[in-house]
Amino acid sequence: MPIPAGTGLSRRSLLLRGAGLALAVYGSRLALPAFDAGIAKAAQPDRILVSIFLDGGLDAMSLLAPTGDPEYARLRPKLALRESGTLPFSEDERLRWNPAAEGIARLHDEGKVSVFPAISYSGPDQSHFTSRHFYEIGEVEVGSRTGWLGRYLDLVGDPDNPLQGLSMNRTLSPALATGTMPVASLSGTEGFGMSAGLGELVNTQLFDSFARLGELPADSPGMSQLRTTTRRTAKLRTELNGLGGFESPVPYPQQMMGRRLATLADYIDRGLPIRVATLSGSGGYDTHASQAGTLTRNIQQTSDAIFAFQRDLEARGLADRVLVQVWSEFGRRPQENASGGTDHGAAGCAMVIGTQAAGRMIGEFPGLARLDRLNNLRWTSDYRAMYCSLLEQWFGQDAAAIIPGAASFARPRLVKP
Amino acid sequence: MVAVYTGDFGPDQARRLLSRAGFGPQPGQELRLAALGLDLAVKSLTRPQGRARLIGKAPVDQNGLPIAPVDAVGHDHLWWLDRMVRSDQPLVERMALVFHDWFSTSSNAVIVQRQMLDQSNLFRDNCFGSFLKLFTGVTADPAMLLYLNGNANARGRPNENYAREMMELFSLGAKRGYTEGDIRQMARALTGWTSNRSSEGGHYDFRFASKRHDFGSKTIFGRTGRWNWFDGPRLCVQNRYHPSFFVDKLWSYFVDSEPDAATRTELIRIYRGSRFKIRPVLEAILMHPDFYETGPMVKPPVVYLASMMRARRVTIETDAWVGLCSAAGQQLFYPPNVSGWDDEAWLDTARMRSRWEMVGTLIRPAADILEDPYPGDETEEAAVDRALAGWGRPSLGAGDHDELVNFAARTAGLARNANQRSRYRRLRQQGLMRLIGVGPGVMLQ
Repeated sequence: MPIPAGTGLSRRSLLLRGAGLALAVYGSRLALPAFDAGIAKAAQPDRILVSIFLDGGLDAMSLLAPTGDPEYARLRPKLALRESGTLPFSEDERLRWNPAAEGIARLHDEGKVSVFPAISYSGPDQSHFTSRHFYEIGEVEVGSRTGWLGRYLDLVGDPDNPLQGLSMNRTLSPALATGTMPVASLSGTEGFGMSAGLGELVNTQLFDSFARLGELPADSPGMSQLRTTTRRTAKLRTELNGLGGFESPVPYPQQMMGRRLATLADYIDRGLPIRVATLSGSGGYDTHASQAGTLTRNIQQTSDAIFAFQRDLEARGLADRVLVQVWSEFGRRPQENASGGTDHGAAGCAMVIGTQAAGRMIGEFPGLARLDRLNNLRWTSDYRAMYCSLLEQWFGQDAAAIIPGAASFARPRLVKP
Repeated sequence: MVAVYTGDFGPDQARRLLSRAGFGPQPGQELRLAALGLDLAVKSLTRPQGRARLIGKAPVDQNGLPIAPVDAVGHDHLWWLDRMVRSDQPLVERMALVFHDWFSTSSNAVIVQRQMLDQSNLFRDNCFGSFLKLFTGVTADPAMLLYLNGNANARGRPNENYAREMMELFSLGAKRGYTEGDIRQMARALTGWTSNRSSEGGHYDFRFASKRHDFGSKTIFGRTGRWNWFDGPRLCVQNRYHPSFFVDKLWSYFVDSEPDAATRTELIRIYRGSRFKIRPVLEAILMHPDFYETGPMVKPPVVYLASMMRARRVTIETDAWVGLCSAAGQQLFYPPNVSGWDDEAWLDTARMRSRWEMVGTLIRPAADILEDPYPGDETEEAAVDRALAGWGRPSLGAGDHDELVNFAARTAGLARNANQRSRYRRLRQQGLMRLIGVGPGVMLQ
C-alpha cells in the first residue's frame, strides 16, 4: 500500500476570528503567527480550481451509460440503465446521462462541461490505494510525498498563506501535499459545542477549571499531550462561540457535500486567498455489490451539489474565475458481477466544469466491443494530459515543472481560449 | 539477564499494571493485586487458568434487548467492549486489541461480521503462545485473506498485497531484511487461497485450492525451496530482522519510550530462546523497571471507555458507545488502514471533545441519582473525595487535586441562600465527576 502524499506533514490548528473560520494547517515548516497576517494580506488569485474526488472508483458506465452500444445489455443484464429514463448526451449518441445526474447534464447542455469518457493511464492499477495515489501525485510511480496540486503551490505559493490550498475535509487531500508551502484543511470544529448541562454559572466555573487543569505542569510526554490538548480544547471552545453563519443565494441539497460547496462559495466570495480547493463527492463509489440503489443516490447528491455550486458562483459573479474538476481513481468493469455490482476496472470518466470550461468531450468513448486484455474499458485519454492542460490553460503554469514527462502528454483544450 | 523492577510494588504500580495489561482496576482491585507482589501479580495476568468468564450483567442495547454481534452494525464493537469490561482475563482482551492493531484488518472490506469476530478469537486463543503459530493462523484467516486480497492471489495472477504487508508491517519493518523481489516470490508462495463470493457481499467457503497454487521453486530471503503458504510466516520469523521488530513493537504497546540497547538485546535473547513465544517477552516487559518508572501514556479510546466503565461498575446498556468511540478515533474492527491506529495521535481537540462527551454519557445515570435535596453543608474536601471515590480513587498530582478543591469552593461560593447552597453543591458534584473523568487520573495509563 503506497504511503499517501502528505503523510508526516506537521499539523497545527489555526483560528481566524476575522475570517470566521477554524483550520488545521499543514506544512513542513510551520510558523503559526505569520498565517493570520499572511491570510489577511494575501490577494485572492484570479483563477481558482476546485478538485472533487469520487472515492472508490466511479462506475462511469452508470453515469454516462452506453445505451446505444450493442454490448451494453449483454454485459450489464441487471444493471443496464433503461434508455427511457436517461437524458441525451449531445456529443455521442451512444451515451446517455443517468437521470440522477440531471444537474450535470443540464450544465453540459449549457456548454459548461468537458467530459473525458475514457480516462486512465498506461498499465491501469486496480488497487484503490495505488491508483488513487497515482492520480494524487500526478505520476505512475509510487512514492512521491507531494501531490500534483501541492507541487503547483510550491512553485507559485506564499509561505504565509495556508488557504492557498484548502481541503474541504477534516484531513488534507494528498493531492495538496506540498514540499515547502503551507496548506490547510477544515479543522472539524464546525459545531464544536461542548456541553455540560450544569447551568450557566456552574458551567463557567467548570470550563474555567478545565482550562486551568490544562495549564498545570507536565513532566512526561503523555502528561504533556493531555495538558496541551486540554488547553487547546478549552481555548477553542471559547473562541468558537459565534463563528460561521452565512446565506447562499441559491438553495443547496441538504447534505455534507452541498454544505461544503456552499461554504466554499462563501469563502471565495469573501475574498479568502484560496487558489486550489479539494473535496469529496457524496457517498462512496466502490460499488462491488447491490449498486443500483446506492450509486443512483450518490450520483444524484453529487450532481445536485455541483449544480447548486455552479449556480451559486454565477449568482455571485464568480463563475468565470472558478473551474471544477471531477475525478475518480478508476472506472469499473463493463461486465457486472454476481452481486449486483461491479468490480474495479480501468478507464473511467472525469469532467471539467465551469463557465470557462471549453465544454467539448475529450477523447472518444471506445465502445464495448473491444475491451482490453483484462476485459476492461480501453482508455482514450491519460489523466496527466488533463492535469497538464489545467495547469497551462487555467493557471498559465508550464506543466513540465510539475508533471513528470509532461512533454509526452497531449494538451486537450479544456479552457475557453 | 533482563532488568527487573525492584522498587515498591504498591497500589500505584498495581494500577498501572492493570491499566496497561488490562482495562484498569475495578474499585479496590489494585490493592488486592499489590498485595501479591510484582511476580505473582504479573503472572496472575499472563497465566490465566481455564476459560475466561464474563462477570456481571450481560450487555443490552437502549431498548433492553441483547446485543447481536454477528448481525447488527456496531454490535461487534459492543461485544468486544463488553469483554474488556467484564472478562476476568483482562490481559487476554488487551492482547487481542494489540494484535487487532498489529494485524490490522477492517470490517469495511470483510463485510461479514462473524469473520471479524472469528479473527478476534484467533488473537485470544494465540495471544501468549508461539508468535509463529499466531502469524500462520492470521495468514490463513478469512478476514485477513479478504482484507489483503490473499483470496485473489493465484498462480499466474499474483497479488502482492499480503506478501508486502506481512513483511513491512507484521514481522520485519519497512525496508528491513527484504527486497521487492522477496515480496514477489512470497506472493507466489502464498498463492492458492480462494473463496466464494456471496450475492449479499462478503465471502464464504475459504479454502486452499492446489490448482491455484504456484508449486514452483522460489527464493525468499536468499533461501530457495518450493515454499508453500505456511512457509511464508516461518521464513519471516526466521529472518534475522524479525526478533528486533517483534520486541520493539510489543514493547511500544506497554512503555512510552524505546527500550535501551541492553534491554532490547535481552528481550531478543528471551524471544529467540523461547522459540518465538510471546508470553516470556511480555512478562519481561511487564516486570521491567521502565514499565513502572517511565511516564504515563494516553489511553486509546476504547481502553479509556472500558476502564471508566470498570471503575464505575457500569455495564453496556446502550449502543451510543459505538458512535462515541468512533468519534474519539477508535471503532473496534474498523482500524483506519492496514498500519492500524496511530498511538501518537489519540488526542486532538476534536477527539478531546469526544472524550468529554463520552464522560458525560457515562456519568449521567450516577448524576441522576444524586440526592435531591443535596446536603447544603458538604465541604469542598468532602465533595472532591466523594467524586474521586466514585471513580475508584485514581491518584492525582497535587496540582490537579488543588484545582478540583478550588472548583468546589468557587462553585459553592455562588450560592446566595439555603436552596442554592444545596442546588449548586449537587451541580458541583457532577462537575467534579466530569473534571476527574477528563483528567490525568482517568485519561492516562
